[in-house]
Amino acid sequence: MTRKIISRTIYYLIAIIAAAFYLMPIYLMLLTGLKPFNEIDLKTMWALPTSLHFANFIAAYKQLAPNLGNSFIMVIPESILSALLGSLNGYLLAKWRFKHSNLIFTLILFGMFIPYQSILIPLVKFMEAIHLYGDLPGLVFVHIIYGIPITTLIFRNYYAGISTEILEAGRIDGGSLLGLYRYIIFPLSPPGFAVVIIWQFTQAWNEFLFAVILTNQSNWPVTVALNNLAGSQLVQWNVLMAACLLAALPTLLVYIFLGRYFLRGLMAGSLKG
Amino acid sequence: MLKHFHYRSKPLILAIVLIIVGGAGIFFFSGSGINNFQTSNFTAIGLLISVLVMYASVPVLVTMFENETVLSVALLFPSMVAIAIFVYGFIGWSIRVSFSSWKGLIPNFTWVGFKQYYDLFHNDPRFMIDLRNTLVFTVGFIAGCLIIGLGLAILLDQKLKGEALFRGIFLLPMSISFIASGVVWSWLMNPATGDRITGINLIFKTLGLNGLISLWHTTPQPWGMAFTIIPAVWQISGYTMALYMGGIRSISDDLREAARVDGANEFEIYRYIILPMLQPITLSAVIILGHMSLKIFDLIVAISRGDIRLDVPGIYMWTTTFSGQNYAQGAAIGILMLVSVAILVIPYLVQNMRTETEL
Repeated sequence: MTRKIISRTIYYLIAIIAAAFYLMPIYLMLLTGLKPFNEIDLKTMWALPTSLHFANFIAAYKQLAPNLGNSFIMVIPESILSALLGSLNGYLLAKWRFKHSNLIFTLILFGMFIPYQSILIPLVKFMEAIHLYGDLPGLVFVHIIYGIPITTLIFRNYYAGISTEILEAGRIDGGSLLGLYRYIIFPLSPPGFAVVIIWQFTQAWNEFLFAVILTNQSNWPVTVALNNLAGSQLVQWNVLMAACLLAALPTLLVYIFLGRYFLRGLMAGSLKG
Repeated sequence: MLKHFHYRSKPLILAIVLIIVGGAGIFFFSGSGINNFQTSNFTAIGLLISVLVMYASVPVLVTMFENETVLSVALLFPSMVAIAIFVYGFIGWSIRVSFSSWKGLIPNFTWVGFKQYYDLFHNDPRFMIDLRNTLVFTVGFIAGCLIIGLGLAILLDQKLKGEALFRGIFLLPMSISFIASGVVWSWLMNPATGDRITGINLIFKTLGLNGLISLWHTTPQPWGMAFTIIPAVWQISGYTMALYMGGIRSISDDLREAARVDGANEFEIYRYIILPMLQPITLSAVIILGHMSLKIFDLIVAISRGDIRLDVPGIYMWTTTFSGQNYAQGAAIGILMLVSVAILVIPYLVQNMRTETEL
């Protein structure tokens, strides 16, 4: 019995140390952000603030406000349109398979693994040629296109879990391909939409490569602006920590409140749905 | 196919409306209607939507044939075209650029064969740093994520109180951008010493663990690169934990109970039953983690801040192309990255497709 108590204590100890490791950067962002300016000292980085102040967050918000706005303007239409497209593709590939549809699905899936550096030069030249370069609509467009593989994958796996018998019953009642989608599949889709919208929201919000290459400075999303802020000698590290938290806050809140949907998107990325 | 044709007026009218609306949109946005196509990027979006509206008449007309396979293909077609152009077409275009000598703002497709690749491997010290760093990072990142992920999964399998909270904490970094976490970690891994000591070094000093005080990613190479693995493992190990937890959950309690009845202790149950059954998960995890580390980019951008000693191919491609205008070299690096990822991922995708087809 004592042996069991000892082993339990060790388990909890390890879990608590691990949790401290995972929370350490969050602690630093939050606590540094809340300190008054006169308590900002690298030597007391880990000390708790003696009183709570929001000056760092206000300073960080002044720097990042337009970019946070850009990120929202980009991410909201992107995630919704991506989900609609993924839903249609997933439905067709899960329930209306045709000859070689698995091959086509696999060819689509490959698009989610490629390093985007391998298509970057043609992409930039193409976007310049069609005048979609520099502004947010172009970035939305690119995220939707390169989001097709993952959104199709998540919806395909989701719809594969809906029994074909319901659809067959619908067919006997005269339902067509689109009718079955409209009256049976779509009403069953909200959890799938939640997973895909949350996934695409998080991915596009956190994305850096397309954002830095395809937008002008006035249209920078928050990741690009934050990276630029971090390289600037004029910004103090306490403001920078607050800026990191501001930039991370939307996806952190989504994770905290809608974590189970986020997790399902995450697990879909490993293919075994 | 024609024997299934049933004329109905509603789809025909709808299709005609779509063609007219889409055609009008194409006319309007393509510059025949307005003269300033060059100016706004909304004209391109307008044109795209017009083409899609016009295309929508195709599936609408196909509904009259009552052939669901054709309809299914017609509805998938726009996505298939998008992937064909933006993935496969652009890869082909990049390959062509990588065989050219395009350097500078004006495209130059002069054929030079494998010269760009040859130069990268033979006369390019920076690319050698990239290869070494990728190797160090990939090995350490995969090993770190597998070991810590498996350890945490086994730990949470011990039915601890607050299991859901711990799991949530371990997975939390997955929701933060590599840029934000890279910026914070570059402060945590601050290499300053003496009076200016801070970050994790300060914790070590306070705890009296002076031996652990480190120069972190500014350690002489190649070990400096190894320290960039710490933030990467911090960010992604929760994912491998979740993969392993799924695997452990799927092993029935009956099996464990049977082993206990046969006299196995808890360690033996893990060693001889659970771990062997987790092997397929380890394989998937190695492929997913491996392709992430071969592509690693933004995390290193945020930590290295241009330090060439921490360079990786993703960053080299970015700077040589868009700062150095060396498009041909940039394309070659991009294609080499693609080849490395493809070698890892294609067998996995093919395997996945085969098992799908059998279902």
